[in-house]
Amino acid sequence: MASQIHFLDIKGKPLLSRDYKGDIPTNTIEKFPLLLLELENAADDGDFKPFVHSQGINYIFINHNNLYLCALTRKNENIMAIIVFLSKLIEVLTQYFKSLEEESIRDNFVIIYELLDEMMDYGVPQTTDTKILKEYITQDYYKLVRSTPSHLVQPPNAVTNAVSWRKDGIFYKKNEAFLDVVESINMLINASGQVLNSEILGEVKIKSHLSGMPDLRLGLNDKGIFSSSSDLEAGEQTANAKGIEMEDIKFHQCVRLSKFENERIITFIPPDGEFTLMSYRLSSAQYLMKPLLLVNCKFKVHKHSRIEILCSIRAQIKKKSTANNVEVIIPIPEDADTPKFVPEYGTVKWIPEKSCVIWKLKTFPGGKQFHMRAELGLPAVTDPEDILSKKPIKVNFSIPYFTTSGIQVRYLRINEPKLQYQSYPWVRYITQSGDDYTVRTK
Amino acid sequence: MSLERKIRSFLTGPRKGETFELKSGLVSQYKHERKDAIQRVIQAMTVGKDVSSLFPDVLKNIATYDLEQKKLVYLYLMNYAKTHPELCILAVNTFVQDTEDPNPLVRALAIRTMGCIRVNKMVDYMEIPLQRTLQDENPYVRKTAALCVAKLFDLNPEMCVEFGFLDQLKGLIKDSNPMVVANSLNALYEIRDMNSDANLEIFTADTETVKNLLMCLNECTEWGRITILTTLNEYHTDDAEEANHIIERVTPQLQHVNPSVVLSSIRAIIHHIDAIPVTAQRAAILKKLSAPLVSLVSSSIPEAQYVGLKNIRIILEKYPQILSKELRVFFIKYSDPLYLKLEKLEIMVRLANDSNSALLLGELKEYAMEFEPSLVAKAIKSIGSVAIKLSGSTVKAINLLNSLIDHRGGDLVINESIVVLTNILRRYPGKNDLITLIIPVISNHISELERSDAMSGYIWLLGEYPKYFSNLHDKLQVLIDDFLSFESVLQLNILTAIVKINLSASGSKYSSLLQKVLESSTKDCENADVRDKAYIYWRLLSSSSTESQKEIILTKLPPITTTIASFNPVVLESLVEELSTLSSVYHKPAFTFIDPNAAHSHVAQGNKSRSSSKKDNIEDLTNLAKQEIINNAKNENLLDFDDDDDALTGDNGAAEGSGSLLDELNDLFSAPVPVSQGQQTQPSSNNDILSLFGAIPQNAPTPVSNVTQGLNNFNIGSNAAPSNTSKLNNDLLDLM
Repeated sequence: MASQIHFLDIKGKPLLSRDYKGDIPTNTIEKFPLLLLELENAADDGDFKPFVHSQGINYIFINHNNLYLCALTRKNENIMAIIVFLSKLIEVLTQYFKSLEEESIRDNFVIIYELLDEMMDYGVPQTTDTKILKEYITQDYYKLVRSTPSHLVQPPNAVTNAVSWRKDGIFYKKNEAFLDVVESINMLINASGQVLNSEILGEVKIKSHLSGMPDLRLGLNDKGIFSSSSDLEAGEQTANAKGIEMEDIKFHQCVRLSKFENERIITFIPPDGEFTLMSYRLSSAQYLMKPLLLVNCKFKVHKHSRIEILCSIRAQIKKKSTANNVEVIIPIPEDADTPKFVPEYGTVKWIPEKSCVIWKLKTFPGGKQFHMRAELGLPAVTDPEDILSKKPIKVNFSIPYFTTSGIQVRYLRINEPKLQYQSYPWVRYITQSGDDYTVRTK
Repeated sequence: MSLERKIRSFLTGPRKGETFELKSGLVSQYKHERKDAIQRVIQAMTVGKDVSSLFPDVLKNIATYDLEQKKLVYLYLMNYAKTHPELCILAVNTFVQDTEDPNPLVRALAIRTMGCIRVNKMVDYMEIPLQRTLQDENPYVRKTAALCVAKLFDLNPEMCVEFGFLDQLKGLIKDSNPMVVANSLNALYEIRDMNSDANLEIFTADTETVKNLLMCLNECTEWGRITILTTLNEYHTDDAEEANHIIERVTPQLQHVNPSVVLSSIRAIIHHIDAIPVTAQRAAILKKLSAPLVSLVSSSIPEAQYVGLKNIRIILEKYPQILSKELRVFFIKYSDPLYLKLEKLEIMVRLANDSNSALLLGELKEYAMEFEPSLVAKAIKSIGSVAIKLSGSTVKAINLLNSLIDHRGGDLVINESIVVLTNILRRYPGKNDLITLIIPVISNHISELERSDAMSGYIWLLGEYPKYFSNLHDKLQVLIDDFLSFESVLQLNILTAIVKINLSASGSKYSSLLQKVLESSTKDCENADVRDKAYIYWRLLSSSSTESQKEIILTKLPPITTTIASFNPVVLESLVEELSTLSSVYHKPAFTFIDPNAAHSHVAQGNKSRSSSKKDNIEDLTNLAKQEIINNAKNENLLDFDDDDDALTGDNGAAEGSGSLLDELNDLFSAPVPVSQGQQTQPSSNNDILSLFGAIPQNAPTPVSNVTQGLNNFNIGSNAAPSNTSKLNNDLLDLM
């Protein structure tokens, strides 16, 4: 698939490279900084793209923490697969080294080479599951070598098994499975409080502490969700389906997809430890949610002297629920100074380097409304251009014991045919803000 | 003395410095020192220092039980084998031994590394270990060995076939382990790409294999699934039942978390959908694709989102209805990288319909207020595209543009808006209400028009709707006073506009202006095109009757239908087949940018035994050159999305163009050049003299383009055709 893979610094200088096929001269990558420069110069015109073709060679790259990961190929390869592989590579290395940056690449080149060797062979992706890779590629080689002779380090069966995500012989004294249903809300609200776009990105996360090879079966309140989506399958969506429609459900590779497709049952053998079992999306194509937290912000700019901000926030959730760790991030002009804040509740901080004001409210009971007034000085001399940027207000929050979509876990049956142990499933629900819960300012 | 010293120093190597230190470390009697030295050697290699001189010393450390050390030495070997091909033989023994190691990890490592040492001498020693590992009981070793067959083929295809490795590899497709199956498929694909022997059959999927693969599909890793899905995309069946079965098996994969599995599944399903005869069933299958397509856009990797969007654009063109309800998903997020924002706009205008137009226009207005100039420009263009696509939203769009000009202003917004407004009038020519809406806006901002496309739009409007402009005489006077300072495109436009006004206006109010413009363009103007055009007009005006003058000069342009670029149907078909690949993001069919010979020329290099006769070479070269020229022409023709007019004419023009292009090319390569027939197929029914400006197929290579019709000596069009939205280009439309 890829002929070479390179790790490069932000200027495009190679840090570490692996040549898989030898059909591209090794010094080809030296052209990359130039190509990158060209692309960046053209970036204003929107010509920057994560791939570039030069003299018969295709450079496909992704950016991460001031690093570029770049794959080279001559052929018309599956670019989606390459990009996903590169991001998987980042994911694996991040899990190995905590954070992936120039420094950690220099310090860990040995293990990176090993991983590159194991994750891709002759340009074909092989194993990209961190949990399995960690089974036989470890950082503490010294320890390992001393305690066990080398021929005992074996590739785990899982590498090539049909169940490639779980090793044999896991044992826990207390068998438990923790389920977290996390829903992230992305919402785009215009300045007058009207919702333009909203979506719920849901995830069911499982932390499994289960022995042996357990077979799990998850039941959700499928009347509301799965039947309506199966109606959709049949192409005869009825009017009485309540409008909730779980879209593009994605499963972890352990879930038997064909079983779900045919019988709408979620069954799986879980990997050990934490993983995301499934994710789903509910979008506003059919309906628009009302905002959970409604922010209303008014800016009054007195040119050359000061800017006044009047912000109110209201929790439109049930009285019983509370939103925690609410943060309202309000953008302000870069050259503002001397802030004065009068919050009715919570604390306000000015972060000059990000040119924003953050209003924090630790707990926020449902149905309440709070106000905040802020005033910042503006320099006497200003750019004639717009004073306020178009940057939207961002809101962060989390609401425990509550899912917006109404999804519920009915049961989680755990069955280990050999060990037949007693096990305990625990379920938690949480709704939080997604990456993009924003309110436009103008 | 110096010679002896040099020889001695060459033999012993430097006594100081890093290399010396490493060298002594590598031969140290202590194990940990040796290992440390190897690590430092690899480190030096990583940062790009040449440590190939240490080859023999590193090689000494190959026989070890320490797996990490072994891996490091192997890594070194792979990198520097080419510098010391003869010394590699020394490592062979260890490799062969390692393939018998009880630990499968070591066995696989050995066979993997052996294949990566690209030295011809190595090949002779690979037979036995490869044979052994291909039949290994451990699937981990087998899957590694399968890929090693491809590596061997790269080095020496004859041997690979002779020893039956290719056949064994084909056998592995039926292996019990899904991972081995996937890797064998991959190896076969690699071999197929490298193969230059036409008689050697590598792999084509048949019904039996496909059945087998479908069984495997659910058990594979994500990467294996992609491989199998790719195979399914190559397999063709006309049997509705079989196609249905394949689609049924693939559909569950749409729910996979890996976006490339999803996209590959979509591709496989679209490939097989045509075999299904029932329309309703096809529609039901397509409906299932919409949610997965949307999920590509919600991926957390912006680069993957971008690839997804590019693919969605292709799929939308083939199946326009597929995402009709999903407009909101494509709304721009503030944190999106610019390239993503622009591509999202492309999708949004394609999804515009009467029910969502209000929402869409509101959103586009927001984008037009953003910072990035290219986003603003594109948002304004998109507003125009919506107005042109949906007649119901035209007035709303025009008002939107007006308010943008008033509220935001600035050169960019004004110029861009005026181009768009002109285009809207070209879509709905002669509509009184629109004209009265648009023209006052434009007249208010004439002094701010800076770009030549905005300016030529304005001038064209002057010529087309002179009655609606107040102070027409003054406006024209201004243009004529500065006539010589304008670009030639604008000069051409002014010329045409004034001739038109003069003809349509009764009386001789503007005849002095006409006289002046004709004089200055024939006498003072440097540009031959302008001069020639002026002469034509002059002659026409002085010779023929007023009736025929009017008929020729005042011919109305046919309305444009869209400003949204679309693919030529042939290109679209091949892009749909190549979804998810590089061609889907370049929006070019693979053969236009991939050198088909790249893979084998490399084989030919590696293997000197094969010689190609000179004649072949020349033929290859001619083919290559032809291909190249065609590609260039095609690319420009089809893929220049920014040029509205191209898109309009692209559909019929390109098909014709490339056909005749081939003839022309063949003529080019065979010595005497007869006048090519291709160009005379252009419709000549048009009695408009202007048609001769367009008689040249768009962007055709110039050497053959200027010999067609009698009057064509002027060759006025050739210069102006490539420039944007000029009046001439409008005239070109007459032809189509």
